[in-house]
Formats: sequence, C-alpha cells, structure tokens
Amino acid sequence: MPHSAARPPALDLIGISKRFGAVHANRNVSFTVAAGSIHGIVGENGAGKSTLMSIVYGFYRADSGQIRVHGTEQTIRTSQDAIRLGIGMVHQHFMLVDTLTVLENVILGIEQGFRLAPSLAAARTELLRLNQDYALDVDPDALVGDLPVGLQQRVEILKALYRGAEILILDEPTGVLTPQEADHLFRILRTLKAEGKTILLITHKLREIMDATDNVTVMRGGAVVGTVKTTETDKSQLAEMMVGRKVNLSIAKADRTPGPVVLEGKNIRLVDRRGCVLLNDVNFTVRAGEIVGVAGVSGNGQSELLDILAGIRRQTSGELLYHGQALPALSGTEAARRRSQRIAHVPEDRMTMGLVKPFPAYESAILGYHHDADLQGDKGLARLLFDRKKLIARTEGFMTEFDVRPPDPMLRTSLFSGGNQQKIVLAREIHRDPDLLLIGQPTRGVDIGAIEFIHRRIVELRDAGKAVLLVSVELDEILSLADRIIVMASGKITGIVARADADERRLGLMMAGEAIPRAAGDAA
Amino acid sequence: MSTARLTSLPRWVDLGLLPFLNLSAALIVSGLVIALIGENPFEALVILVNGAVGYQEAIGYTLHYATNFMFTGLAVAVAFHAGLFNIGGEGQAYVAGLGVALVCLGLPGWPWWSVLPIAMIAAIVCGAAWAIIPGYLQAARGSHVVVTTIMFNFLATAFMTWMLVDVIRADGQQAPQSAAFPPSTHLPTIQDMGAFLGFDLPRMPLNLGFFLAILTAILVYLYIWHTRWGYELRTVGTNETAAVYAGMPVPRLIIVAMVISGALAGLAGINEVMGVQHRLVMNWTGGVGYVGIAVALMGRNHPVGIALSALLFGALYQGGSDLAFEIPAITREMIVVIQGLVILFCGALENLFRAPLEAYFKPKTV
Repeated sequence: MPHSAARPPALDLIGISKRFGAVHANRNVSFTVAAGSIHGIVGENGAGKSTLMSIVYGFYRADSGQIRVHGTEQTIRTSQDAIRLGIGMVHQHFMLVDTLTVLENVILGIEQGFRLAPSLAAARTELLRLNQDYALDVDPDALVGDLPVGLQQRVEILKALYRGAEILILDEPTGVLTPQEADHLFRILRTLKAEGKTILLITHKLREIMDATDNVTVMRGGAVVGTVKTTETDKSQLAEMMVGRKVNLSIAKADRTPGPVVLEGKNIRLVDRRGCVLLNDVNFTVRAGEIVGVAGVSGNGQSELLDILAGIRRQTSGELLYHGQALPALSGTEAARRRSQRIAHVPEDRMTMGLVKPFPAYESAILGYHHDADLQGDKGLARLLFDRKKLIARTEGFMTEFDVRPPDPMLRTSLFSGGNQQKIVLAREIHRDPDLLLIGQPTRGVDIGAIEFIHRRIVELRDAGKAVLLVSVELDEILSLADRIIVMASGKITGIVARADADERRLGLMMAGEAIPRAAGDAA
Repeated sequence: MSTARLTSLPRWVDLGLLPFLNLSAALIVSGLVIALIGENPFEALVILVNGAVGYQEAIGYTLHYATNFMFTGLAVAVAFHAGLFNIGGEGQAYVAGLGVALVCLGLPGWPWWSVLPIAMIAAIVCGAAWAIIPGYLQAARGSHVVVTTIMFNFLATAFMTWMLVDVIRADGQQAPQSAAFPPSTHLPTIQDMGAFLGFDLPRMPLNLGFFLAILTAILVYLYIWHTRWGYELRTVGTNETAAVYAGMPVPRLIIVAMVISGALAGLAGINEVMGVQHRLVMNWTGGVGYVGIAVALMGRNHPVGIALSALLFGALYQGGSDLAFEIPAITREMIVVIQGLVILFCGALENLFRAPLEAYFKPKTV
C-alpha cells in the first residue's frame, strides 16, 4: 500500500471490550485499518461485528479500549461525534424517506437556517460534484421511493459523503442487490478507495471479501481471530477461522431422477388492492425428489408466491394442483388444512411469521401443530388441556435431532440465535413427514456452521423423495442446492433452467428481468 | 404456563420485592399528598389499613369489592392476551346486571341454587352481547376496540337508564330501579354460609360470588396457558402474522376473545346484583369495569396477579371509605388520587426500580 507509509492508519482499535449483561459482545478487539484501503470484517452472526461498528459509529460506548481515528485518540459518544470525525455509515436497512427527493434526503437533518432553498441549492452543487467524482449516477431530483434498491443504496453513500465521510462503513451492503448491482457497488467502492477514502465492509459473504477487499479481519465469539491480507488467504481458510473448525462449503449431492409431479402452479396471478400486478401468469411444477430453487432479487414476487402456496394469501386467479388435485380457495384456516395434507412451510421471515418471539421454545415448536392429538391429555377432561410433558418432550426431540443450542425448551424463543431458531422451525415443519416442503430464505441470518447443517437436511429430504420448493435471494445457495432453477423478476418467471445449464451470469441477467429464450435442454 | 425466562432477577425479587417497592413508593407519595393538605399521613395509613383489614366486617367488604375487581380484571386480561384492549368492562357488566335482574325477578319462589346457573347464563350472554359487536367490528372492519368499547359504555348507560326509568321500574316508586328480587333468589352471604357451618359471623356483603370468582380465575388460567385455544388466543395477541401462518382463524379468535371478556365482566353482576343489591339500580357498577383495567395491568394479566391486585384495590376501596369517613379533609376524591398513585407506580412505572435491582442482583460471573 503506497499510502500507508505517509498516512497514519484511518482507524486503530485497541483493546475494545463491550459487555451486555452476561454477554461478552466484544472482547479485547484490536486491529488497524490502513488509510485508503478496503477492509473487510467477517464473522458469523453474534460474532460481534455489528456491536463493534456500533461502537465506532457512536451508538454504544465501549466498556474499555481506545479508538484512534487518523492517528489521534478520540472519544465517540454519539453518531454526531462519528460524523464530525469523518466516519459515515451505510446501514443494512436504509434510513431514507421514500416521499422525499434524493436531494432532500441528503440534507435531511443538516439543513441550515429557516429557509430550505439556500441549503438545497448549496447541496445540489456539492451533490453534482460527488456524483461526478465517484460515478454514482444518481438523479438529485428523483423521488427516493421510485428508485430501485441499488440506487437507494447509493443515496445512502451520497449522504455519508456529503457529511464529509473519510471512513465509510457498509453493513451487509449486497443483501438486497442483484449480482450485477453488487458488481457496480464494488466498482464504486474502488473509485472511492482510489480517491483516498477508507472503506470498512461488513459481510458474511466470503466471495465479496475475496473480490473486493485488501485486508480482512475475522471475528468469532466477540474476539478477533486474525487480520490477514486478502491476497494471502482463501475462502476455506476464512471459513475455518470464522467457525473454528473445518467447514464444508459445498454440499455433496448425488444425481437423482425426480418422481411424479407433486405441485403444479397454473397461470397464477396476483393483483393487489391498488391494482399492482405482483404475480403474472406464473407456471411451474415441483416433482418428488427434486429441489426447485426460486431465484430473484428480493421483492420480485417470490414471497407472494410462497404465501399463496402455503395458503396464507389468495391468488387473484390461477390454479394450484397438489398431487393432481386442485387446492381449494382460501378460507381462514386453509394454511392449517394444507399443513394437515403434508405441505410444510418454513417461512422467509421466521421472526415475524415462523415463531412467536416471547413464547418459550416449546410453544414456538408446536406453532401450527398445536391441535395434534398427541400433544393433549389422554382421557376425559384432560383431553381439553395440553400435556406439557408431551410438548416439552417433542421439543427436546427436535433439539437433540437438530443440535439446537442451548437445548433448553423453556428458554424464550427470541434468546436463541438465528441459526438455532431456524433449526427449531425446520424441525417442526419436517416432523410430520411432509410430501412438499416450501422453504423461504432457509439460511438468512444463520451462521455458517448451521448453514451447512440446514443445507444437508434439505438435500436429505430431497433424497428421501420429498418435493422441495426453495426460495432464496442467495444465488450461491440456489446454485448449490437446486436441481432446477426458476428465476423471477417483477412477478414474472423470466426463466426456468436446469442446474447444469445455470451460472451466475446467466441467472443474474434473468434476475434483472431479461427473459432468456429457453435452451433446448431446459425443463419446463 | 409461560415460564420463559424474561428477566435476570431472582424470582422472589421479581414477584415479591419489586411490587413491594412499587407499592411503598406509591404510599410514600400518597403520604406526602396527605401531609400537604395538613393531615397526618401516619394516622391516615393506620385508619386505611385498619379500615381495610382491621375487623371482620372490614375484611368482608374488602373481599367483596375484590370479587368484582377480579371478574373485571380477568375480563381485561383475556382480551389483552388476544392483543385487544377491552375498555368496555363497565358497560358489559352494567348490561349483564339487567340479565341477572330479569332472571331473578322472573323466577320467584325458585331457590337460589336453581336460579344461579340461569342467572349466570343471562349475565354471560348479556355481557358477551355487549362485547361481541365491538369484537366483530374489530375483526371484520378493523374498527379499534378501544374506541368502540368506550362508545358501548355510553350506549350501555343510555340503554340502562331507559330500561330502568321506562321499562322495568317498579310500579309506584320514583327511583329508577327495579323491584326487589324475591328473597329466595338472594345468593348466600358469608354470614349464611358461616351459620350453616356453625360460625357466627357479622353481616357483610361478601357472598358466594367470591368463590365463583376464584373458580373463574382458575378456569381462565387453564384456558389461557393450558389449552390449544388459549394458545391460539395468545398467538394472535402476540404475533398475528404467525397466527395467520399457522392457519388460525384470526377474525373468529378476536371475536371469541371479546365474547369471553364480556362474559367475565358480566359475572360481576352475579356478585353485586344477585349477591348484594338484590335489585337493579342505576349505575350499580360504580366504576368496577375501569378499576378492572388497573387490576389487570398491575396483576400483569395473570390470574394470580389479578387476584392479588384485586385484593389490594378492594382494600384501598374499603379502607378508603373508612378514611374518608374518619378524616373529613380526606375526601373520596383524595382516595381516587391514592388509587391513581398506586396504578401509576405499580402499573405505568412498574419498571422504575427494575434497573437498579437488576444491577444489584447481577450475576457476578463471566
């Protein structure tokens, strides 16, 4: 690095510790971020990345330790302090007002004086300069709500730059982007780096670390495992550092000839109350012993499709055939009926749908199956009451089989980590031996160790002859699990390809909405 | 039972010390207010406690008031577990009193034990009827139950005034009240029950309704935490999206919760109208529905907590009456102030002492 000799490090963290009650979120964290570099921070959920960045950005204060910014020790009490020191943050969930223009969003909170016009005029000049310098390509007068997510993210970057950020922290920035948009983002980050900015990239995607960063710090259990030069490491070494043991990143999957069609969707169409077409003429099949992956950027109709299949939402028109029989139109309890017909559903958002956070684990572990006769008392009036021993025994079974930690059925659901919560949901849903498993974002917010486990279980189900429909925004996940891939964009299927014919570039184009003529070998 | 661990505090601190500190804080501030109007707060406290639990009749009155508060507190709690804030216990109880009165007046000569089940059904049906419309409007139209149940309280007042003035007012009397119920329909009082068992007790309003309330609290506990239907109720109240995901009939559950809530509030009519008043009088509820909200809030919507806080409010009510009688400067309104302070410290400021206690009892590990 040519700069490092001349410039002090942009950020120097020395012995940062932070504790929340009994949880040691950061233990003696020390590392140095060279000025003008892209520095990656990887770690599983709960490794302490977010806490650390919250400390740097002034949301929390460290219990002990020092932060040096550009060589000088600083106390960062609030995010205003951080901004003053030239630290900017792009959050995972954008902090933008949809109904304001880009320009208005950028000056929000730092407008000067009583009248808005002078602030806006000054900001416009500055914004155009930033736009040009960093090739951000954002129209200052566009309404933020009208912009695609990729551009909204650039508005967030603009906000930080406008506030004078020299050090830019990006928290999981590619979660909502297509591969092409992500590539564009990384090009922007390289331009920023070339202009001397320092970038901290928090991610769990090892590929991005390898592609974009100069150095990478790996965290586990609140502590730094090591900081290495990206050129001197590789994915499997990083994964091992993150998890603390050897990790198998690719799932072994034998070829299997799929069986009869289990689920067929015919001309599924969904129009919402405002007349927006959310799903347009969707046709597909899922066969026994086959994993069908639904790829697409988040928000292109996959979630709605999953809801319709699970009986949570009614399609406007079109027909669903399950084992050749039409599934009836929605009544209030159709989701329960479908579950009793061996259609299991692992929802995309387990925190708002799949679990009840304040319930103890043993109550979340029966959600949707709470009428099971084998959970109630044995005879007489006792049949009106739950038999708690049976509830707890069932949950204990799940916890042993799926290695849920801690294996405590009485623990509040929200206190389990994302991976362990997901294991509870998955265990619950496959407990009744379903014929069809609908599964959305199976590994969102799940740590690498658990990802491996969950992926293996999904493949086992397929090998046992179950039909699996997998919705995921993680292309890597789709590519490593699916036998056949459906790509959706703007509520339409833009392509159905066999796994063998799919690669990231081709899927990426289809995700961007370019319908690709079906190759001869593609199954319908 | 939802015994999920929510706090790092030892159980005795969470359930014993914390409420004690809250209550003490409320009493200290009440003492300051009493001192401010020139009365001796210690003397007032002695009168209050003595008036609430100091002699047999006092205990009888305290328990009687607590019975009403238990019914209305349970009513609020059931709705609360379904995510609904039923403010309408007052109106539901008031209208249920009408059902009780019609049954008692319509069955002269029947012994109380044969009238009681019918009167209970009437109370349940009338209380539920007054709650089902707000429940339906919430479930089907999204009209907020807080708003609609308040409206239904006003409707209940107007409806009952009309009934008492124009429809069931006893012939030849001016007061807007029904005729007295036949004595055979009166619920046995604790004095009657004591005499049956050979004890000599003074006359007080405590009656069979008290035991009904305890039975009801047990049933509510079993329903909410030990049945699949209570599980559905709590799921809807905690996370409606998860309820939809699980295939629960959400609108029906909301209506059912309101019906049960209204029925529970209605049972207060058994205790008060059939047990004590022995006739239907104007505004017989006197705010029990509203106190039930505070009771449920303070009892954390758990039947045991509700029983305890109903007892506390019963004691405040009864002791407060004695206090207002003994020290004229302390008016009934002042008693309401003290009740308000108890609600403030035990309900709204429930967590005031939690953080310091948590810091003090923090596990000294890791």
